[in-house]
Amino acid sequence: MAGGDDLKLLGAWASPFVTRVKLALNFKGLSFEDVEEDLSNKSELLLSSNPVHKKVPVLVHNGKPICESVIIVQYIDEAFAGIGPALLPSDPYERAIARFWAAYVDDKLVAPWVQSLRAKTEEEKSEGLKQTFAAVETLEGALRECSKGEGYFGGETVGLVDISLGSLLSWLNATEVISGTKIFDPVKTPLLAAWMERFSKLDAAKAALPEVDRVVEFAKKRQAQAAAAAAASETK
Amino acid sequence: PWKAMHDPATQIWTSFIAHEQKRDQHQSSKQHGGPTMAEKGVKVFGMWASPMAIRVEWALRLKGVGYEYVDEDLASKSDALLRHNPVTKKVPVLVHDGKPIAESTIIVEYIDEAWKDGYPIMPADPYDRAQARFWARFADDKCNAAIFPVFTATGEAQREVVREAQRCLKTLEKALEGKKFFGGDAVGYLDVVVGWYAYWLPIIEEVSGADVVTDEELPLMKAWFGRFLAVDVVKETLPPRDKLLALNKARREQLSA
Repeated sequence: MAGGDDLKLLGAWASPFVTRVKLALNFKGLSFEDVEEDLSNKSELLLSSNPVHKKVPVLVHNGKPICESVIIVQYIDEAFAGIGPALLPSDPYERAIARFWAAYVDDKLVAPWVQSLRAKTEEEKSEGLKQTFAAVETLEGALRECSKGEGYFGGETVGLVDISLGSLLSWLNATEVISGTKIFDPVKTPLLAAWMERFSKLDAAKAALPEVDRVVEFAKKRQAQAAAAAAASETK
Repeated sequence: PWKAMHDPATQIWTSFIAHEQKRDQHQSSKQHGGPTMAEKGVKVFGMWASPMAIRVEWALRLKGVGYEYVDEDLASKSDALLRHNPVTKKVPVLVHDGKPIAESTIIVEYIDEAWKDGYPIMPADPYDRAQARFWARFADDKCNAAIFPVFTATGEAQREVVREAQRCLKTLEKALEGKKFFGGDAVGYLDVVVGWYAYWLPIIEEVSGADVVTDEELPLMKAWFGRFLAVDVVKETLPPRDKLLALNKARREQLSA
């Protein structure tokens, strides 16, 4: 790591967006201070580093804050260009394709999936899942194209899209434990199922991804809290 | 020419021609090892009233890159557009030497990198680049969502959504402090991304009867509007005001019906 670089990650262990930044830092071989925020009691540092959204993750590099997980990952790739592997390809067209699919993961997969997890009605939940699965199918095709026969969206090595999607793995596994639903079905999306296996085995991934059991517990607790809140508001 | 290609018989014929051309191109590219004359060049699939599409034009013109503009009928999209962007089927799409890219902000970054020796659109420093991307995302996610209700709301409800839109824009305005443009002394990435506000917002204001960007509430933004609209590549590309006004009036009526 370059001499004198101070890297602090303001995060929350359960957040896949925080995991995303950890993955990038790990793949680059960069050491950082992992600051766990209490999101119900946010630190002064977090509030002053991200005054616009007040959210995690925030990467503080030599005192300067960078916000938004995909932006942080690109920043890490650019600010530490000489160190570790490149997270984005060097060809402009391939970079554009990587950025497109990274944005797609958040807009078309994560968004409806979160909707289904937070859904208050069965209808909302199944609509969210329907959109999630449609996005997964499209990503299967994207993986086929982008990998060019190799193991990752980035080709031979892990790239931006692998990191964006990979950050979700503990939650994907947790969803399977809780509801029995496999988001990356090995029959329907064999490439993604294989990719998930392969990615999970990488040291950088193992170090960044939260334990599935912990996520399951966390998700169940949150669901219970949401149900209690809904019940309470109905009995008014 | 695009409109003529929409009846089924013509479609079959044109797709046959396209297939034959592709076959010939493939064979000749085997010989010459690259895209043929038919594929080379820059094409923009857009729509004359689309603020997302105009970003792409601004970026290309800043670089001095010539392009062919294909104006899409969004109610009846061309086969070419659907072929080039099967995932979201939206405009704008940039096709460079036969290779398509979708999503306007991604296209703008691509243009900056593909013609890297031309006008610098993105800042050079990684931290500044992160800031520019942050504000672009903020504008597209938060400000646009706050502006849209202004377009359709009326009465007291409108006053509230105007205040919300102003709050959002005031936050964005911070990125302008002490500078002529978001990019500094000259237009940069963030100007290209949010520049459409300078032309479209006054139209939205006129159509909906609301005052959003005023000298009192958003002085820096208002001043920047004037400077941005005076930039050559912007002046050259803006759609006719009366046409855009009429379209937005009609849309507002549709949405309120």
